[in-house]
Order: sequence, then structure tokens, then C-alpha cells
Amino acid sequence: MNQLDVKDLNHQQINEALRTLEGNCTLTNCCGQRFIAAGMSDREIDIYGVPGNALGAYLNGASITVHANAQDAVGDTMNAGTIVIHGDIGDAAGYAMRGGKIYVSGNAGYRAGIHMKQYEDKIPVMIIGGRAGSFLGEYQAGGIIIVLGLHSDGEKIVHNFPCTGMHGGKLILRGDCSDIEFPKQVRVRQAGEADMAQIRSYILEYGRLFGVDPERILDAPFTVVTPDSKNPYKQMYVAN
Amino acid sequence: MKPEGQVRIPSGCAIAAVISREGNRMSGKMIGEAMKPMHDRSNGLGGGFAGYGIYPEYRDFYALHFFYNERATRKNCEAFLKERFEIVQSEIIPTRKIGAITDEPIIWRYFVAPLRSAQASMQVDEKEFVARTVMKINTQMPGAYVFSSGKNMGAFKAVGFPEDVCEFYRLEEYEGYSWTAHGRYPTNTPGWWGGAHPFTLLDYSVVHNGEISSYDANRRFIEMFGYKCCLQTDTEVITYIMDYLLRIQKLTLEEAANVIAAPFWSTIGKMSGEQRQKLSYLRTVFSSLLITGPFSIVLGYEGGLMALNDRLKLRSMVVGEKDDKVFIASEEAAIRVMEPDAEHIWAPAGGEPVIVNVKEGAF
Repeated sequence: MNQLDVKDLNHQQINEALRTLEGNCTLTNCCGQRFIAAGMSDREIDIYGVPGNALGAYLNGASITVHANAQDAVGDTMNAGTIVIHGDIGDAAGYAMRGGKIYVSGNAGYRAGIHMKQYEDKIPVMIIGGRAGSFLGEYQAGGIIIVLGLHSDGEKIVHNFPCTGMHGGKLILRGDCSDIEFPKQVRVRQAGEADMAQIRSYILEYGRLFGVDPERILDAPFTVVTPDSKNPYKQMYVAN
Repeated sequence: MKPEGQVRIPSGCAIAAVISREGNRMSGKMIGEAMKPMHDRSNGLGGGFAGYGIYPEYRDFYALHFFYNERATRKNCEAFLKERFEIVQSEIIPTRKIGAITDEPIIWRYFVAPLRSAQASMQVDEKEFVARTVMKINTQMPGAYVFSSGKNMGAFKAVGFPEDVCEFYRLEEYEGYSWTAHGRYPTNTPGWWGGAHPFTLLDYSVVHNGEISSYDANRRFIEMFGYKCCLQTDTEVITYIMDYLLRIQKLTLEEAANVIAAPFWSTIGKMSGEQRQKLSYLRTVFSSLLITGPFSIVLGYEGGLMALNDRLKLRSMVVGEKDDKVFIASEEAAIRVMEPDAEHIWAPAGGEPVIVNVKEGAF
């Protein structure tokens, strides 16, 4: 395992060093450098300290683990790979993500999963352990967002205006969500066996990564939100 | 150099702030360091700081910080100042020559007390007298610009990156119980020294990351009350709005936050009783002071700070704590520079003000 102290390096120098080094790498003393591991594939990167915005942008298969909170736009447009955050994540996590997985042990900021998309077998997945801020899954076009609500501060599992503009994909929230108001263009129902079978492996993985008993997570009702038709916003702006 | 329109620098402004609830004074070095990891959020066209509690030896006097274009302007302006104030101290603001900061104007400061006779003839209270004088200078004296006018506080700003501006103004030599900072990426105006943040009036200062879309609506309204927006920049109008709501209308900080970042009518509709009534009242009476578009701001005032995001939260902002200190920044990395062991890192919701006051009597 290579080790790289990035205290005095800027984002360009960090990514150049990563491209030069063969194999897996641990970055230490990270503090706000952006675009770390952008577009990288086939390696594991561990980060100590807080990485900057757009961590793992365009990620193409690499596996990133952050041992701290992460800032905004993690996994922006990522294509494949895994990002694991041992902490909270900032705004716009998984922005326009089109493949791969993001696991967050804690809470997410505003607009998590904004404009996630999918195509054939490329189905991105984001799992948030705690709660999510407003505009969760804004303009979601594909992929799966799972929020587990394991936080303990008494706040609702998601703040205002979830699923605004949703037109594809799936949002799965742990709990019955009777206190959450969704827009009228989405369908809200209790998760069935097929839904639970689809997400079971992700929850087992969440439990393994963060040391949480998965049976404790699964021992609760889950709510599934999907768009209510193929074209839920017909005539909202123009006839289309 | 490519002309405007052919070059795009993807970026956004940076803000940071720190306050000691115990009123312990901190050197300006820390807040300057905090701006370094956010370097890429600015483009070198503006940086600035506000420090509170930095002039204890002149705590009873208004500290007026000026930019002058030339010596003659300063001489003229000083003659004018003497008609309105007793000037107890007049000096160059000490700076350090560094390669990164060039073309500086004449940078001067005065510690002043209003002349009772002049104030009496204007029939206004002391703060209004000072505010009107600042407006008069900034709009009617070409080449003179007051960029700070509070008591026991001061703004320091320039064209450059914030960490360089900190070094230029020798901020490590000042100690304050709170500091705010800004790195600028101007979107609508060319970067000039006066246009850097913080924008101030009396002891209010505002640093702002964002670009408000309600600028003209806000400006038209606020200019009815004697304020003059002379720089076409949105942060200036936010500063005057805060002065109007807090000093003139005597709203609380929470109420002022509910005016400029009012909840949606649909959200108010779900509330009940007094809360619903109050928020409806504020939105109705001050409808022209609703600020739309992205912003995250830190308002500094005597004895405290208020951080606020626009109601849609289109800009990032995080808050952290450690012992007596509270930290606010666009990015957590900036907080970690000020305090590696900061605790309770959290992101306030859109429209949710974070108000931190120094304990009574400690400033």
C-alpha cells in the first residue's frame, strides 16, 4: 500500500501522484483538495482528512473510502466504482451519477441524488445511513436512492420537497413516511418482497462497512417512491 | 489575456467566520489561514475580512476606513469630516508591500466622534448621523469611499486572493472576538477594491457567496429610505437591508432572516397559530425585501454573528464548534484549518439562521 501525505499538495498534484503510483494508495492530511481520484479505475484509495468538492467525479471503477465527512458533489457524474464515507456528506451527493455505488454512514445535505440516471444494466445506487436534506432525489431519472434514517437527533428522515421533478428510478426510505409530503407526480407505497430482495444486498453491505447489524435495519417497514407514469410532467410547461 | 466572455473559471465565492462566545480575542492570522483550502473558490479579484473587538483603545469612537484615489481627495474629504466630527486619530492603515497586491489606493482610517452641534442640526440620532455621512461621501465625493464605519470593528479588503489580503493588511497584528472573511469571484461587476467584501454600514458587515436575482427589486425598495447603492453589487444591498430591518425597524435577527429568506407560502400554510400569523405578516409587509437566488451570508454585528442560507440552499455552508468557539465556512476544510478537532459539524437548512452571540459583558 502506497502512502501519500497530501498536506502541501494541490488537487492537480494529488491526482498526478495517484496516476504515477501503481496500485492502492492511502492519502493522509487531506484538507479540501477537490476532484480527488477523478475518472480513476481499478484501484483502492483511502483518504484521511476531509477531501474537497467533487470527490471521485467521473469515477470509473475505483474504490474510495473516506475516514471523515465529505463535502459537496461527491461522485459527480460517476460511472462505476464505490465511494464509502465514514461520516456525513455535503450537498448534491451523487450529482448526475450514472453507475456505481455511494455508501454514507451518516447524514446527507441538500439535493442528494440530484438527476441520477440509469441505462440498461448501469444502475447507480446511493445508500444514506442517517437522514437527507431537502430536495432529495431532485429530478431523479434513474437509479436507486436508499435512506435508512438511523440518525438519532429526532429530525425527519428527509427534509422538505423530496422527489421534486422525479421522472425515473426509485427512492426507498426506511419507515412508513406518514409525516413526509411528496409531490403529486409520484407514487408512494409500502415496499414489497421484490423491493426488499432488490435492496437486501446493499443493506447487508452497509451493515458490514459500518458495523451495524443489518437485521436491525431490516426490522422495519420500508416505503418505495416511484414516478406515477412515464411522463408525469406532461403539459406542466408545454405540451410534450 | 482572453477578453470577457471567452474565458470561464468555474468557481464560487468563499466565506468563513469564527467567534468566541467567551469574548476571547483571536489574531486575524487564523481566519486568513482558513481561506487557503478554499483558494479555488475565488479568482483573485477580491478578498476581505472584518474583525470585531479590534480597536479596544478607541472603543467609543467610530472607526472610518477610507479608500482615496489621490491626496487632494483626502484633503478635501478631511475638511468635510471636520465639519461633522471630532477626529481623535488620523492615520494610514498599515500595510505590507507584497507582490500579490498591487495598485492600492490611499488607505486611511480615522477614529471620530460626531459633533453634537452638527448632529443636533440634522435632528437624528448618532448612528443615523454617521450612516448619512457615509452615504453622502460614497455617493457625492468621487474618489473617496468609506468601506468601514463601526465602533471597535473594522473591515479590510482589497483586490487579490484573501490569504494575500490578510498578509497585506498585517491582520496577524489585530485581535478580535470575531472575524469574518471572504474570497471573491465577481460575476456581474469588475473587481474593484471597494467592491470586495465585507460590505459594511456602522457595525454591520456582510460577506456573501452567491448571486441574488432580486437585486433591483430590493434596491428600488431600500433606496426609498435614504440608502444609495453605488456599486451595483448585490452584497451592498443585503448590507443596507440588514441595517434597515435591524436598526431602523428594530426587528430581531430571526425576524430579519424570515424576511430575506422567507419560507415558501406553501410551507407557511402548513404552520399554525402565532407562527403562521407572524411569518405571513413579515412576508406581506416586507415583500420587496425577500432575497431570491443563491446566497450564503455571514452578518457580523457588535457582539455576534449570524449565518444564513437562501431558502432553497443553493450554496454550501457548514458550522462547527470547539470549546468557546463557533466556526462557519463554505467548506468543512476551512473549519478544520482553524480547529482540526472541531465538533458537531453540521449544515444549517436553507433559511435557518445560525446566531452566535458573545456572552453579555464580554466584548
